[in-house]
Amino acid sequence: MTASNPTLNPAGGASAPPAGVRPARRRSSSRAAETRRKWYEIIGLTTPAVIVYVMFVLVPMGFAVYYSLFRWRGVGPPTEFVGLDNYVLAFQDPIFLDALRNNAIIVVGSLLIQGPIALGIALLLNRRFRGRTVFRLLVFVPYVLAEVTVGIMWKLILTDGGTVDALLRSLGLGSLVQAWLADLDVVIWTLLIVLTWKYVGFAIILLLAGLSNVPHELTEAAEIDGASWWQIQRHITLPLLGPTIRIWMFLSMIGSLQVFDVIWVTSVPAVRSLGASATMATYMVDNGFFARLWGYGNAVAVILFVISFVAALLFQRFLLRRDIQGAITGRVN
Amino acid sequence: MAMKGRAGTALALLTTSALLAAGCSGGGDEAPAEDELYKNPVTLTWWHNASQDGPGKTYWEKVAKDFSGLHPTVTIQIEAIETNQLQRTRLPAALLTSDPPDIFQAWGGGEMREQVEADYLKDVTDQVKTEVGNIGSAAEIWAVDGKQYGLPYRMGIEGIWYNKDMFARAGIAAPPTTFDELNDAVNKLKAINVVPIALGAGDKWPAAHWWYNFALRACSVDTLKKASTEAVFDDPCFVKAGQDLKTFIGTNPFQPNFIATPGQNDPTSANGLLANGKAAMELMGDWNKGTLDTVAEDKAALAKFLGWFPVPAITGSAGDPKAALGGGDGFACAKNAPAECVEFLKYLVSPEVQTGYAATGTGLPVAKGAESGVADPALKSILEATSSATYVQLWLDTAFGSTVGNAMNDAIVAIFAGSGSPEKVVDAMKAAARK
Repeated sequence: MTASNPTLNPAGGASAPPAGVRPARRRSSSRAAETRRKWYEIIGLTTPAVIVYVMFVLVPMGFAVYYSLFRWRGVGPPTEFVGLDNYVLAFQDPIFLDALRNNAIIVVGSLLIQGPIALGIALLLNRRFRGRTVFRLLVFVPYVLAEVTVGIMWKLILTDGGTVDALLRSLGLGSLVQAWLADLDVVIWTLLIVLTWKYVGFAIILLLAGLSNVPHELTEAAEIDGASWWQIQRHITLPLLGPTIRIWMFLSMIGSLQVFDVIWVTSVPAVRSLGASATMATYMVDNGFFARLWGYGNAVAVILFVISFVAALLFQRFLLRRDIQGAITGRVN
Repeated sequence: MAMKGRAGTALALLTTSALLAAGCSGGGDEAPAEDELYKNPVTLTWWHNASQDGPGKTYWEKVAKDFSGLHPTVTIQIEAIETNQLQRTRLPAALLTSDPPDIFQAWGGGEMREQVEADYLKDVTDQVKTEVGNIGSAAEIWAVDGKQYGLPYRMGIEGIWYNKDMFARAGIAAPPTTFDELNDAVNKLKAINVVPIALGAGDKWPAAHWWYNFALRACSVDTLKKASTEAVFDDPCFVKAGQDLKTFIGTNPFQPNFIATPGQNDPTSANGLLANGKAAMELMGDWNKGTLDTVAEDKAALAKFLGWFPVPAITGSAGDPKAALGGGDGFACAKNAPAECVEFLKYLVSPEVQTGYAATGTGLPVAKGAESGVADPALKSILEATSSATYVQLWLDTAFGSTVGNAMNDAIVAIFAGSGSPEKVVDAMKAAARK
């Protein structure tokens, strides 16, 4: 890509374009007018988005930080300034630490379980066979279902003597039956499976999109050279799928840190309050709204934001660096 | 969810006293204000929690229309909001603004105390004397430091709902009146392979209510009142409540995995177990008749076997054996609501409106004269037990306010899960009071 179009790249305008490529430049006064017009255009087109972003993202975030510094139960305006006490309280609460641990389990578990499953299914669905479209649709269905629907459905399936128990018993695996949602040591793993079921379809669709970008000539050339299907996947498809996999990992990680609805619906309040199935987001709602600790709830919201933000930055800095170069981090040199 | 309700003690004669009050106020100090009333058109915004389509919601619509019919200057705008959303987010947020709803759902107790301290509510003490007299001691829950800020329209004490057929099969002659008899009944029910008590610990509060009842038996009325108004939980009776609860849990009276069983609203809930003949008892409030109906496979069978008895007494305990736990629903007017708001509040608890409310079957009325609307035998026994209760303690989580209430419930649930202790409950309550 040449950086010579002045309407796209004002900095590039300093070096004169090669003669003959474009008609002679207009006089500098009209260039200034054009620059002005361009800025009006930018301002005019971005203002609505900027206003919405500032009002509904930046301002609420500012308020959250402000409120988090108060001991405030949501009755009357906040008046009792307590500095960072709410943050200290959060990290002293064993239930919040449980929530952090559960988020970590979900982040790592989602990557380790969903990644290989999604890759395997995507590679299979990328081959030509009858009914491929049907299968592609089927694996995507859980992702399309509303979180609340999924939560209620699994709650009924996993209940004592429910479908899962009956299925295991009929297969002669009765000894594997657990109190899926009641056993405090089991529930987070149960939820991890539900989350995997729900979100693996999204990973598969992303990877299928990535696979469609792998040039057919490369695999064809490899085939002619006598490479097996496995060798082609290992040495051509996978490396070229790298950017897609990394983007999926990024989205999965952020989603896992903020996960709320499926957990909220599938796991009952008592099990959450004991820390067994709480995540940072459910902990925030339980404490902010149900215990009416508004200042404290805001502090938890800020902690959740900072953790997600730092994780996102680190991920972008080290793993997504090449993939997003030019888009976010500046021009390619 | 936390659909706590409870039914009223009722006292005075309604029509006569209303006439009397009207006659008196005619020449009273408030004459100028009375003249202003119904002179200018006003719109009252009314937020209530009967958000599900059904008799409750329809009835409030009719009541609003009737009131506007009687007083054409008044227009009532209803917004029906689900309880949790209303209580936890919508109402607190609206009260922070300069334009809150005029009349809205109020649960009394600690929450109302906080709202009064923030100067959100209209003091209606002088205007509602007649109504308070007619409702009786239940109205105290909507009063703070002797001043009335709201009125209940529904009130009920809790007790044990049970399956009469199972009791007969197990050879239990009469409903238990002491905990010893209850333990005995539990053993007899186990002997015929029946889950003695269904418990919806998953929702936390159904489990916490067992602790509340042990506290009610262990603590004196004065201790409980002091705990509500001053957030003082030093009395050893609160630890005793946890110890008694632990002993009771030790007898294994509940279904397995109760920690994940929801309280109501679906077939796998504690309600579902009792309604469908899979458990013999459940501790629950007066609204339970309606919620059992919604999960019952065979409503006719349920109506036949369902019975109710008060929570048994504990022999030799410090608490009042005739005291009961209860709670209800009421309404309050915002500080700057027009005077018509108070008139509407009074209308809502008038015997005619209350009789119609009782007939909807969604809860027990509070006003004397409305009993005729109650047809169900189980609900009738609750009405009787309520009027013979010497003291009605508001649900402790409501009485102590959400912050202490939530921490208390969490710590009680931990006892049920085996990880908590009686002392930790009290510690958690004290810590939350400082939060």
